[in-house]
Amino acid sequence: MAELSYRDAVIRGISQEMERDNNVVFLGEDIAKAGGVFKATVGLYEKFGPLRVRDTPISEQAILGAAMGAAMTGLRPIAEIMFSDFIAVCYDYIANEMPKLAYMTNGQMSCPLVIRTGNGGGLRFGAQHSQSIENWTMMIPGLKVVAPSSPVDVIGLMAAAIRDNNPVIFHEHKALYSTKGEVPDGEIVDTLGTAKILRPGKDCTILALAMMVHRAMEAAEILARDHGIDAEVVDVRSLVPLDTQTILGSVAKTGRLFTVEENPRLLGWGAEIASIVADEAFWDLDGPIVRITTPHIPLPAADHLEDLAIPNAARIVDKIVRVMNG
Amino acid sequence: MVQTTTANDDIGTETRLELFRLQVEIRDCEKRAYDLFLQNLIKGTSHLSLGQEAIAAGFGVAMKKGDKSFCTYRGHAHTLARGVPMEGMLGELMLRDIGLMRGKGGSMHLTSVEHGVMGSYAIIGAHLPIACGSAWRAQYLSEPDVSVCFFGDGTTNIGAFHEALNFAVIWKLPVVFVCENNLYMEYTPIHEVTAVHNPAGDRASAYGLEKIVIDGNDADVVYRTASAAIEKARKGEGPSLIECLTYRHSGHSRADPAKYRPAGELEKWMERDPLKIYRERLSEFGISGEAVQAIEAESMRKVEAATELCKASPPAPVELLTADVYADGGWAWRN
Repeated sequence: MAELSYRDAVIRGISQEMERDNNVVFLGEDIAKAGGVFKATVGLYEKFGPLRVRDTPISEQAILGAAMGAAMTGLRPIAEIMFSDFIAVCYDYIANEMPKLAYMTNGQMSCPLVIRTGNGGGLRFGAQHSQSIENWTMMIPGLKVVAPSSPVDVIGLMAAAIRDNNPVIFHEHKALYSTKGEVPDGEIVDTLGTAKILRPGKDCTILALAMMVHRAMEAAEILARDHGIDAEVVDVRSLVPLDTQTILGSVAKTGRLFTVEENPRLLGWGAEIASIVADEAFWDLDGPIVRITTPHIPLPAADHLEDLAIPNAARIVDKIVRVMNG
Repeated sequence: MVQTTTANDDIGTETRLELFRLQVEIRDCEKRAYDLFLQNLIKGTSHLSLGQEAIAAGFGVAMKKGDKSFCTYRGHAHTLARGVPMEGMLGELMLRDIGLMRGKGGSMHLTSVEHGVMGSYAIIGAHLPIACGSAWRAQYLSEPDVSVCFFGDGTTNIGAFHEALNFAVIWKLPVVFVCENNLYMEYTPIHEVTAVHNPAGDRASAYGLEKIVIDGNDADVVYRTASAAIEKARKGEGPSLIECLTYRHSGHSRADPAKYRPAGELEKWMERDPLKIYRERLSEFGISGEAVQAIEAESMRKVEAATELCKASPPAPVELLTADVYADGGWAWRN
């Protein structure tokens, strides 16, 4: 057991899988010699060499296209898209090419690859380098989508994503890179499609993802301490496949559901979950399902404005108290 | 450096007959596809390669088993040129169970991995980077195959074309890019929307590549150029970009009567019809009319047999609707 940063967990997760399987290769902008703009790939080039860890030009279409071509002919590439906002530049591969390959070819080919991308806000990068775009990837049949909140999950889900035979979008939260957590020694392999109950509770369920998990946990402590509300916090972790059983089980226990989403309001990931719970667990609910999200605005760069936009513990507490006591 | 035919016997009778056979079979199959539209037996859209057969045949013969083809939605010819049975191609156009993808892909996505046809891509430009990735795999694993990527003139104006060329050159990938310049991007003359005269050839120097522009209607020229570029790639000497000048005898797709073409243009190009050129070539090299007729008769026999097989084939079972969304064969996105 050792304390590891989220950033170093990325390195360890990739390293663990590259050691295990020579077919795992890694490409992206500044990922090799420079060690990544977030320093989340430091040492991989030195360890695995220039044939397996390759710098690319600023060519997001070439990065994803090459990853796909390599994946469908036998490799297991990891491709980095530096900021998740840049997914928009190469969205053809995510929307049209990778996820439809197996289906359109009647199963003749598959596309085992991982797209790692720096997602999320809080770093004052402004509207084009701060977005939470999980829903851009969640809505496409054929993709898998994960967003870990802790170093141990980064390693375990990275390993699972690399070993998976489908295209997996791996959202790393940029504001979490410097956060730390306990990580066991030895190989770590997790399971895609599994949520984790991080804090059991009986009064309400709070679903959260990535950085919002930490804010939900903080809110849950305040709710317990100051308001007598015992919240259960569920880290969704994997949007596709979605662990609906854990979510429905939690709602059955608490009778109340809140989602905490960093994305702008419309069609955020919580909307789909709210729809599922409304369809399948309506009679378990003791009150409305409430989504706590960033308002439907682009993210501003100014720190006081960005802090107002993205849900924080105080806002989560305030909303839950008002709804629960309303 | 436009290359024209230089008649010599470097190709040999056996290869020439193979080049001819493929062109005839592609022509007959494409004509049959057109007839089947008219009978309403082919649904959706379709993009014929009538007039462009020499390119598919020249590359098809030059490619070796294991080499990989990446095609566009105008991919029937390239699919057949790799040895895919006609009923697989026609059956997919007819969306029957006998089709290459059992009707799940349709005419724009013909794929037969066992024949090295690694897909037909219907989003312009998408497959150039994908072909780079396949070539990267070959380079990384020291596998001997070459990836050959076919696309139209219109593709040269989309970003992925330029990203892929730069990428292929800097990584020295075993990939050959083949531009079929049929003079029209869909309905618009390519020269009206392109900054340079040769949409691919004049871009080559931007990526440190040789400008190669050839007569795409002469299968011998295509075969020689293809062989050289493929072997160069196989030897680890990097990518090539080849522009093949050609002409589409029909419209862009089944919906297009091609009325935008100036009067006389089609007639002028019919004089340069690849099959006309090649029949003359065979005669020039003393190949008997009987050999030619035997190939033509056998082609029609195969088209008829394939058509009957396709007509008799049922639609695919409805279970396919949700099959193969994910690599485990299923479509489950939740538990």
